[in-house]
Amino acid sequence: MSALAMEKEQLNTVVLRPVLGVPRTYYVVMAVLLGLVVLAFVAWVNQLMNGLAVTGMWDRVSWGLYITNFVFFIGISHAGTLISAILRVTQAGWRRPITRMAEVITAVALLTGAAMPVVDLGRPDRIPNLILHGQIGSPIVWDLISVTTYLTASLIYLYTPMIPDLARCRDRLRGLVPYPQWKVYDILSLGWQNTPEQRRRLSRALNIMMILIIPIAVSVHTVVSWIFAMTLRAGWDSTIFGPYFVVGAIFSGTAAIITAMAVFRRIFHLEQYITIKQFRLLGYLLGALAAIYLYFTLAEYLTTGYKLEEGEKPLLEELMLGRFAPFFWSFAIGGTLIPLFLVFFPRTQTVPWIVAASVLVNIGMWLKRFVIVIPSMGVPLMPYEWATYHPSWVEVSITVGAFAGFMLLFALFARLFPIVSIWEVEEMLEEGGEEAAEQPRPVAAPAFSFAEGGEGGA
Amino acid sequence: MRRLTRRRFVLGGAAAVAAGAMAAAGRLRAPGEAGGEKPDHPGHKPTGRQWAMVIDLRKCEGCTTIDKPPQCTAACQEKHFLPEDQTWIKVFEMEHPDGGTFFMPRPCMQCENAPCLNVCPVAATYRDESGNILVDQDRCIGCRMCMAACPYGARYFNWGDAPAPDAQTVFAQRSPDYPVPQKRGTVGKCVFCAHETEFGKLPACAEGCPMKAIYFGDLTENIATNGKEVVILSRFVAENSGYRYKEELGTRPRVFYLPGHGQEFGRKSI
Repeated sequence: MSALAMEKEQLNTVVLRPVLGVPRTYYVVMAVLLGLVVLAFVAWVNQLMNGLAVTGMWDRVSWGLYITNFVFFIGISHAGTLISAILRVTQAGWRRPITRMAEVITAVALLTGAAMPVVDLGRPDRIPNLILHGQIGSPIVWDLISVTTYLTASLIYLYTPMIPDLARCRDRLRGLVPYPQWKVYDILSLGWQNTPEQRRRLSRALNIMMILIIPIAVSVHTVVSWIFAMTLRAGWDSTIFGPYFVVGAIFSGTAAIITAMAVFRRIFHLEQYITIKQFRLLGYLLGALAAIYLYFTLAEYLTTGYKLEEGEKPLLEELMLGRFAPFFWSFAIGGTLIPLFLVFFPRTQTVPWIVAASVLVNIGMWLKRFVIVIPSMGVPLMPYEWATYHPSWVEVSITVGAFAGFMLLFALFARLFPIVSIWEVEEMLEEGGEEAAEQPRPVAAPAFSFAEGGEGGA
Repeated sequence: MRRLTRRRFVLGGAAAVAAGAMAAAGRLRAPGEAGGEKPDHPGHKPTGRQWAMVIDLRKCEGCTTIDKPPQCTAACQEKHFLPEDQTWIKVFEMEHPDGGTFFMPRPCMQCENAPCLNVCPVAATYRDESGNILVDQDRCIGCRMCMAACPYGARYFNWGDAPAPDAQTVFAQRSPDYPVPQKRGTVGKCVFCAHETEFGKLPACAEGCPMKAIYFGDLTENIATNGKEVVILSRFVAENSGYRYKEELGTRPRVFYLPGHGQEFGRKSI
């Protein structure tokens, strides 16, 4: 057996191991997550029975945590687009071990995110009205069209490159996994035999999808922002909201993929394939996006803060100095500045620090969405006092459940399907020589060994 | 005949889905401007009117002088069986730039360029032929986009169940003109008492105002009344320096305010 064949064999063994079985703790975690999801369902049933009166929302703060979560999860979903589409277009070979994870994040985050406005609706039973009486002039309808298109495209884009791996599962796991599970691989692999013609078609399909999905993804977060920007409210009445939200989405998506990478690398022992290289390069991207996002934030708040229009003044005061200041500055400093420093400072270019930066970005971006939604609702449009908002246990429980559901779906996927794209990493192994040539060794090697050593203690 | 391969099947399926989507898109309508949605909504009778309101702030004392809660609000809530927190017309104590305060009742402005109307995803909010902005509570999905869009805070959500109507009204057929009893999970707002004005009655708030500060009228006939006197609407507004609230937003409200405070009661004007 050649060295390459052995490497491939090892790859298959490592990646397919979780599909054959996972440690008991994995199930314990899944059970806990399931419990949280069930709790959220109980809360939702309660809300359906008693109306939205059980939430902390009221006439002056008529959107709350649900809409915050909606924006957050749709933002996270941009992970897949960045990794699988943008990096595929630019032929960044190092993306290969993480494409699958990124695409799963996209699909799962979209499912979770799309559930949020449904939970927020006063009459979820009337959702068909959106089709029966849909008004193309409404930003809500733009969102409906955009998000469903993106979800469809993402599911296709997740599934298509999985076909060769599903065929691999079909061929290798017969008798090793329960029959129904094997049958799923059999059906989903669509009779893939890895013929040159099939490979050609797959590659064509992926080439089309990777281009198609970029404008779709951009449109999604643009119209999400337009739900806010199409109103006359202080803080939302902004022309840059579209691009601002798109950058924020890719920013938080990148952080999400780094976090997921760290988790699955550890529990599935993928250290050999997901290396410091992926963390460092994605860290650079994260840093660049943090800088762009900071720039947009400055552009947004300086242009309104300089003029201090009558409606904007109370909002900016509360945001920067008042009751929302802890959230706002946690986002601005903890969620962008510190991560920016961490990913670019040579001493902190290690896996634990880059992951820490990503977690900070994730928290910061949730807070940012919170201070986009809530203060603009609370700002007095009429001569009122500032409107306060205290989320009820129902909203908190559904929020926790949404995060738990996101992780549960992800964990479930990782248990049933290869979380690393085997055939793409095999391609990478085959091209091993070329990669080394295009990446000067002296630069890559020390960083690699440094991190591998440094990470042991983490 | 060509063989049906999987490839052809998938392509054909995709084409069918696309055609279906386009057909569905054909159903999507332009914003419900100028009664584009008329036939779907119940309770439509052309009146030939274009309703407007003039609120004479010189007469409004927020009912503080008679030591009662604002009577316009009370009359409205009684008529529409509103919960306490739904004030379809609400009296605000406004700060005057020159110091002091004055009272300003705020109904729905029935904007001619209504931000709430444009954003409704299902055309539950629409403009009837008399210019009233109404909500079809049997269609509203409760997304609350309109509430976010309204710059006057004039929209209210039925977070819980509305109070039960009294014996006479209990059999009322809910309509956009008279949304009683209100439906949980949908949006409610001032409807300019559209179910009564078409029969020549004043809205509940104008009826209920003890100071006769609220004039209701018709822009086409250029006439308005508070139930006591009849005025020429445009001249009444112009001669008394009438204005519209938040005029700069371009919403073109159909509610006009006449500035001043308590002059009718011999109070020092500001």
